[in-house]
Amino acid sequence: MATPSEAGDLRITNVTKRFGPFVAVDDLSLTVPQGSFFALLGASGCGKTTTLRMVAGLEVPTAGEVRLGERDITRLRPYQRPVNTVFQSYALFPHLDVFENVAFGLRRRKQREIAPQVEQLLALVQLEGFTKRRPAELSGGQQQRVALARALINHPQVLLLDEPLGALDLKLRRQMQIELKRIQTEVGITFVHVTHDQEEAMTMADTVAVMNAGRIEQLGRPAEIYEYPATAFVANFLGQSNLLAGDAEGQSGGDVLVEAYGQRFVVPAVRARAERGPVFLGVRPEKLALVTESDDVPAGHQSVTGVITDSSYVGVSTQYLVRTGWGTELAVFAPNGGSAAPLPVGGEVTAHWSPEHAFLLDREPGEGDRTTPELDTPDAVGAVA
Amino acid sequence: MSILTGVGARPVDAPGTGQAPDRSGRRRRWLPYLLLLPGFAWLVLFFVVPTAQLGATSLYDPSGSVTAGYAMTWEFGNYPDALAYAWPQVLRSFAYAGIATLIGIVIGYPLAYAIAQKAGRWKNLLLVCVVAPMFTSFLVRTLAWKTILSDNGALVGFLRDTGLLSADGRLLATPIAVVLGLTYNFLPFLVLPLYASLERLDTRLLEASGDLYASPARTFVKVTLPLSMPGLVAGTLLFFIPAVGDYINAALLGNTNTAMVGNVVNSAFLSRQQPPQGAALSFLLMALILAIVFTYVRRAGTDEVV
Repeated sequence: MATPSEAGDLRITNVTKRFGPFVAVDDLSLTVPQGSFFALLGASGCGKTTTLRMVAGLEVPTAGEVRLGERDITRLRPYQRPVNTVFQSYALFPHLDVFENVAFGLRRRKQREIAPQVEQLLALVQLEGFTKRRPAELSGGQQQRVALARALINHPQVLLLDEPLGALDLKLRRQMQIELKRIQTEVGITFVHVTHDQEEAMTMADTVAVMNAGRIEQLGRPAEIYEYPATAFVANFLGQSNLLAGDAEGQSGGDVLVEAYGQRFVVPAVRARAERGPVFLGVRPEKLALVTESDDVPAGHQSVTGVITDSSYVGVSTQYLVRTGWGTELAVFAPNGGSAAPLPVGGEVTAHWSPEHAFLLDREPGEGDRTTPELDTPDAVGAVA
Repeated sequence: MSILTGVGARPVDAPGTGQAPDRSGRRRRWLPYLLLLPGFAWLVLFFVVPTAQLGATSLYDPSGSVTAGYAMTWEFGNYPDALAYAWPQVLRSFAYAGIATLIGIVIGYPLAYAIAQKAGRWKNLLLVCVVAPMFTSFLVRTLAWKTILSDNGALVGFLRDTGLLSADGRLLATPIAVVLGLTYNFLPFLVLPLYASLERLDTRLLEASGDLYASPARTFVKVTLPLSMPGLVAGTLLFFIPAVGDYINAALLGNTNTAMVGNVVNSAFLSRQQPPQGAALSFLLMALILAIVFTYVRRAGTDEVV
């Protein structure tokens, strides 16, 4: 069934999926280039798993089209698609041993020379010698590797990974992230990875699509998205941002002028997603620096003053909260590199940044400052991840 | 396979085994035996003793009589004699029970699957429907079948009209009636264990199987069936074993040519006054069933399927 010779990108075009009145995926379009490591990142209930299941054939889109190369696979049954999945719960067959679990897809396609292929895949996931074990006799990490081998052995055109590391503890997760990346480079198959873990998405994927409420908010390389987020959601889901409500007043010499809380700021026009009307002025916490004397603000930097309300030492940096004159608490991450003594809580400080580190986003009129990370609620409304 | 292996009494060690067992530890060690006692006493009184008595009866001198009493002469010849007398009925019992079990699987598996996986909020109601006939007596239900299958009943009339049955064809007092009766009466014992194992079936495994190129039919053979095997084995045994020994269906729905071994045992004790023969037949039946169950369970490999 798999025709590895037939190259092709995975193309999802205007796909919508409704469950009754609930719209899980809303007119979504995206292209995953062949051979890339693509991550769908979002909180629970954002539609990322539903998208994945439509590619796998486990859900049929209400509208739209899924193509693999030139082939329309929208309505093909799961077993007719050159696509395999590593399930969130692994879904290993409890009545079969590791060998038979991995050989399952080959046997269904009546392939020959099964044993050497299984051995090769088990070597790839470093599980040689486990062939006779039952899934129940394996640790979580080992089960995860079997699930991966069981999918990869079929040489699918696209490998789908549904939160494959979610059940593992932190240390094992980091280790498997590196492993997965290595395997993907080695086999060169397109990986589509669904996750709610932004660090996982950023460290593994070439391209990340941030999803929210059934739509893609932003798609791009991890650094692109982090450095220049497209929406307030992305700015605070992928890492954290200080977003100040302001009003843009148009361009002037390559910069966009912004007025916020009686102060004027500038942002380079190339980093502005809006030039007029209500905007968010955004700066990442690690791009802010604190000085006690406003005279110490470097030339060309912009600043706001405030009072330190909290300081937490987290090893690599010290994280401060600075309350501005209008009451918003800005997050500031100061690296613990220099010999400077930590700043005391209650002290007056000036937070400053270089304009090219700031960015401008669209803002709904009336929306206030947003400085806290988007919560990744495990069981969001709708329960369809 | 819990119903076959049974759970042996395994005394639980008191925690902190490094120390000498204190009073509570000693009490805890005896607790399993204490809990076993009522059941154990019941089985000794009403199973072991009667079985031993039955075994003894099977070896009595068959020339005795109920009024004069029987002498214990270790008459092992009773066994070949009983088999020579009743072998057609023994064979028939296994044939009828076997056919009824197969029909039961054909009816019961889809039923159990539908209730377990597809019934949604109707699940409990449907389960009650499966069990509901057992609220009335076995005898009454079998008598009702007599009415359903009677020569001037609607079913026979319909079958005659459509030509599926000849003009003077009948259902009652035929092997078909006996097999149908057995199938009907023991079906719940097959459906319930099957339901229990199908209900636990993780549907994500079915998705995984489809994802790995198995068509729905292959998924059934390779995933659903093996995973429901414990339920299927338990269900078929609970169906087959009582069906082999049953005599009510043959007595009420059959004729003299459909008699099963149960009917012979019944008449040996109650009308023909030959208890040694009846006892010997009972033991033969028990041995045959044990042999069949043993090979069946081995081949089905249930000790491997959790």
